[in-house]
Amino acid sequence: MDIIVLLKQVPSTESMIEIDGDGVSIKPDGIKWVINPYDEFAVEEALRIREVHGGSVTIVSAGREKAAEAIRTALAMGADKGVLVADPALENCDGLGTATVLAKAVKELPHELIIAGQRAVDDDNFLVGAAVAEKLGMPLISMVFKEEVKDGKITCHKTVDGGSVVVEAALPVLFTTQRGLNEPRYASLPGIMKAKKKPLDTKSLADLGVNPAEVGDPKTKVVGLKTPPERTAGQMIEGESATEKAAALVRVLHEEAKVI
Amino acid sequence: MPNMILAIAEQTDGQFRKVTYEALSEGKKIASANGFELVAVVLGSNVAESAEALAQYGADRIIVADSPGLADFSSAAYVEVLCGLVEKEAPELVLFGASVQGKELSACLAARCDAALATDCIAIAWENGAAKATRPMYGGKVLADVQLEGSARMVSLRPNAMAIVRSEGAGAIEKIEVSEVDPPVKLIEKNMETGKIDLTEADAVVSGGRGMGGADYAVIEQLAEVLGGAVGASRAAVDEGWRPHADQVGQTGKVVSPNLYVACGISGAIQHLAGMSSAKVIVAINKDPEAPIFMKSDYGVVGDLFELVPAITEEINKIKS
Ligand SMILES: Cc1cc2nc3c(=O)[nH]c(=O)nc-3n(C[C@H](O)[C@H](O)[C@H](O)COP(=O)(O)OP(=O)(O)OC[C@H]3O[C@@H](n4cnc5c(N)ncnc54)[C@H](O)[C@@H]3O)c2cc1C
Ligand SMILES: Nc1ncnc2c1ncn2[C@@H]1O[C@H](COP(=O)(O)O)[C@@H](O)[C@H]1O
Repeated sequence: MDIIVLLKQVPSTESMIEIDGDGVSIKPDGIKWVINPYDEFAVEEALRIREVHGGSVTIVSAGREKAAEAIRTALAMGADKGVLVADPALENCDGLGTATVLAKAVKELPHELIIAGQRAVDDDNFLVGAAVAEKLGMPLISMVFKEEVKDGKITCHKTVDGGSVVVEAALPVLFTTQRGLNEPRYASLPGIMKAKKKPLDTKSLADLGVNPAEVGDPKTKVVGLKTPPERTAGQMIEGESATEKAAALVRVLHEEAKVI
Repeated sequence: MPNMILAIAEQTDGQFRKVTYEALSEGKKIASANGFELVAVVLGSNVAESAEALAQYGADRIIVADSPGLADFSSAAYVEVLCGLVEKEAPELVLFGASVQGKELSACLAARCDAALATDCIAIAWENGAAKATRPMYGGKVLADVQLEGSARMVSLRPNAMAIVRSEGAGAIEKIEVSEVDPPVKLIEKNMETGKIDLTEADAVVSGGRGMGGADYAVIEQLAEVLGGAVGASRAAVDEGWRPHADQVGQTGKVVSPNLYVACGISGAIQHLAGMSSAKVIVAINKDPEAPIFMKSDYGVVGDLFELVPAITEEINKIKS
């Protein structure tokens, strides 16, 4: 079974995010770049499916040259090869533009299953996986926390509002990941050594036959970034006993904050 | 034909989600200021009757797609209907609630219609036809103003971010024909938790972290109950297996914006703060006076949560009676 994982490199969740002088991008200094946590689940699940069904795992990413590091990490976890689409025109691309590019890149590769993250923790768009499925005319199963591939079909347990459901579809399918799916493995030292020799192709938009104008003028554009109002330490509630403190707290919540 | 705003309603068994009323209210605000029509769209099976209620939130028209094939959400089937509607009605703006379903549906529809989409927004500014939406990014560490271009601009709204405002709309019901599609993804089984308040829509959220020391959340549940709220958890508690993944609040869990958030036995890691910083009032209960959560809370109480939380529940019960 040939599996493709859509993987994005993002700032780690511990990173402090500061707005750059241009007002629309973030300062690159001090940011630790990692595999999007939801895409890590995708890599792990792809490897587990390959362990059972054989085949290959290909990592596809669109971004800066730097994103090659994230692909190498996934190769070190055990993926077979990587494709990085890097092009200056991607700089301004919105989610739909990214999906257009990824769909083109995926089309050139054999695949029965595509796995994406439910969202990237930088833009929190929840968009690209669904849009790639739509562009490829593939069934989409989102927010999957358990799956099984059998006889050309996939059965997935997925999160919905207020619970979960089990769904089934014939392959090929694109599914997106939800926490609980697995515990991603760490890249081992031998894995890291091996990854250095695994194929990682870098492609430009021209290589994929995408006209940069098609994605360079996005319909969704960030025109300004601001920091949310800073939360500061408020009032400490004092009291001799738990009962006293509780009474004092409930009083301020009722009378001052008016939330109860 | 006047310009219009489509608001996609979301319902289960004829019960609309709170965020549907929020989306209609926000849509009405923009519609009134710009002379647009506000049109609600309801998809489902046997929903025509309950759909009428949306007139109370300002819907000028209510389009109902009623079909057994739409009883359960299927992005393939729903997108088919909505894509036809978007082509026919040519709306200026399409609003969704940023629920799990709304996020999936808006993503698929935007891709199908090749329309601009801003997900999980907390504000919309509409000036002379230019649309700008404000949305949290990087787990709420940054707020982005996003400009949307083209026709049928799509915005999903974060639950609890917009006020619900009632207003009378004409609310004429229009049923539309739905052609049956055979969705490629088949529903096999549903496991729904009935009667539970959705974490993202709750007015109050009480969360327990590693400080709970085990899976017994009774004290948390009791406080949530008197507040009419929902129970959340930190990732540490979820990883311990004390609570389901669906309860996790944070950057890689749910983002909640209740009026009141009570963090019990939670230290205040940056990833947790990302999920609850937009709460109106934050209360922290922690036995460690140095816990970082106190730096981000409106009210802090130092002490053992197993003593404090039941005492707080009791005090609230006193006011209530
Ligand atoms: C990629 C990534 C994503 C993450 N995403 C999330 C996320 O979405 N959500 C999230 O929450 N975390 C997330 N985390 C984890 C986060 O970094 C913290 O590890 C986690 O939030 C800690 O949970 P906690 O506060 O419950 O536990 P701890 O940090 O262990 O804190 C427990 C607190 O309980 C207090 N306590 C103990 N006993 C009592 C008692 N009897 N009474 C009162 N107080 C008591 C202690 O003083 C302490 O402050 C993520 C981490 C990573 C790396
Ligand atoms: N530039 C990218 N390269 C590869 N995959 C991506 C990229 N952007 C998004 N994705 C995939 O789409 C998912 C959702 O991303 P988003 O819509 O940006 O929140 C991610 O978890 C990835 O799997």
